[in-house]
Amino acid sequence: MTTARRRAARETLVAWAFLLPALLAFAYFKFLPMLKGIQFSFYKVNFGGENTWVGWNNFRTVLGDPAFRLAIWHTVVNGIAVAVISAAIALVVALALQGGTRSVHFVRSAIFLPAVTSVAIVAEIFKLLYYPSAQGPLNMLLGYVGIAPQPFFSSPDTALASLIGMQVWKAVPYDTAIFIAGLATINRDLYDAANVDGASPWQRFMNVTLPGLAPTLTIILTLAIIRGFRVFTEVYTTTGGGPGGATDVVMTRIYKLGFETFDYGLASAASTLMFIVTAVLTSLYLLRTWKKT
Amino acid sequence: MTVTQGSSPQDSGPHVQRRQRVRAGAVWATVSRWVIYALLLFIFIAPFWGVLMGALSVKAVRAGQMALLPNGLTLSNFMQSWETSAPYFLNSVLVAGAALALQVTVSTLAAYALARKKFVGAAIVSLLILSTLMLPEEVIAIPLFLVLRDLPLIHLKLTDNLWGMILPLAGWAFSIFVLTEFMRGIPVELEEAARVDGAGDIVIFTRIILPLVRPALGTVTVFGFIMIWDQYLLPLIVTNNQKLYTLPVMLAQLKADELSLPNVFLATTFLALLPSMIVYYALQRYFSAGLLSGAVKG
Repeated sequence: MTTARRRAARETLVAWAFLLPALLAFAYFKFLPMLKGIQFSFYKVNFGGENTWVGWNNFRTVLGDPAFRLAIWHTVVNGIAVAVISAAIALVVALALQGGTRSVHFVRSAIFLPAVTSVAIVAEIFKLLYYPSAQGPLNMLLGYVGIAPQPFFSSPDTALASLIGMQVWKAVPYDTAIFIAGLATINRDLYDAANVDGASPWQRFMNVTLPGLAPTLTIILTLAIIRGFRVFTEVYTTTGGGPGGATDVVMTRIYKLGFETFDYGLASAASTLMFIVTAVLTSLYLLRTWKKT
Repeated sequence: MTVTQGSSPQDSGPHVQRRQRVRAGAVWATVSRWVIYALLLFIFIAPFWGVLMGALSVKAVRAGQMALLPNGLTLSNFMQSWETSAPYFLNSVLVAGAALALQVTVSTLAAYALARKKFVGAAIVSLLILSTLMLPEEVIAIPLFLVLRDLPLIHLKLTDNLWGMILPLAGWAFSIFVLTEFMRGIPVELEEAARVDGAGDIVIFTRIILPLVRPALGTVTVFGFIMIWDQYLLPLIVTNNQKLYTLPVMLAQLKADELSLPNVFLATTFLALLPSMIVYYALQRYFSAGLLSGAVKG
């Protein structure tokens, strides 16, 4: 009895020892900032001096700021557009790249490159592709099909759409890979049965493929939308939120509040709001998957 | 017997027609398949190709132009780029190397405890770690900066310091999650046999578990590297000192500086994307394994 208990105590001790580095890392760089962020939301942060308690004022200021509200709107539009458009394109690409021949494998792994390229570098590449003169690479291609040169990032009318296009380009390869994995899990017998029943390719797609991919589609869309809310580097390195605030998103506002106007209290309050939204969306998603299993 | 069969032997007429139609259909399918492949490769690979070709060109590409073939072949753009970008490249490599080593070590140790030990608090620890999977780093960027300025309790200053870009990457729930799942699959008998022989936890961890989880270590190394090389906001908030900039942060500054030649800039861009490209194409077999677990990462 005592030896058993001593052994259990030893096991616990060993386990915590192995966990210690991870716990320290998470405590210092994840949980502590999270708690500090909530705390700072209620203060005016003064470096060197004492922080002053301001109650809910920071939250009121943030939510009352038209620029911030516009940024929230852009963030939502951008997040949903990128998620939906990339998933739709990726589904088509995945159907075209099914199967196990050598050429398919080659194409599949080659086109994955955008997914592993850093966002900051993708941004540099797109600043080149989107060069607004008629000689810019993309404008030249558009010229071949008779479309007038576009200003892309340099006009408030096209900047957000251009940003969405860039993110779709990076997201499609990733979504495609997930879809291909999802397609492989669909029971082959269902296709055979559909063939026996004389189903057309379209009917097969609507009645076998799409229902079979539903779980994959849910995962891809939900995660893409949740991730979309934190969009920062994509915007900061291309338009910086401009021109004239046309592509300002929540994170670029927060960055400006923090590192340009040095109002860390206000920036923390905005971060806390974003944290709450993310947490709620995530819990809803987890609750759904958990209920299903 | 009738005119439609014409000169063909009477028993094979319709068959030949059908066979021809099938063959034409197959040719059509093959052609359209290759057109789709070419289109996909063009859309997703041509931009990288354009960067490389511009970087290799002798004749300066004009701003905003990309070449599909180099204008005379040279490495001088890379050499010129290296003169200015070498210190930033070195910073990036230092940060990536140290952060990756730390991240993989910390994750492996934690996974061993979570997968192989029954202990008080195991459930709550797993839950806490898993919860950070969905916590975007961006959300805590501002308070993280304030914490890094003066680490509570130990009063360490990590801003304006490469450690500030390294240490926050030590804990990554994704790699802990992948390694834990993998370690759960190792039979207990192996461990018990070693224990009977008097082996302690350190011996079991290093001699039995580590060699067996090598494929999963490959997966978390590849994904960890890609994640770390992608870091932008963290190095941006940690320092204002240009000497400490990583390559991606420097890239944006270079562009703002109109003095640099377009070809040289393209060379720098290519240098910055080369490491993740090499890691991906060289270690691809570890990639697919992590991709599906990757679907749940935050």
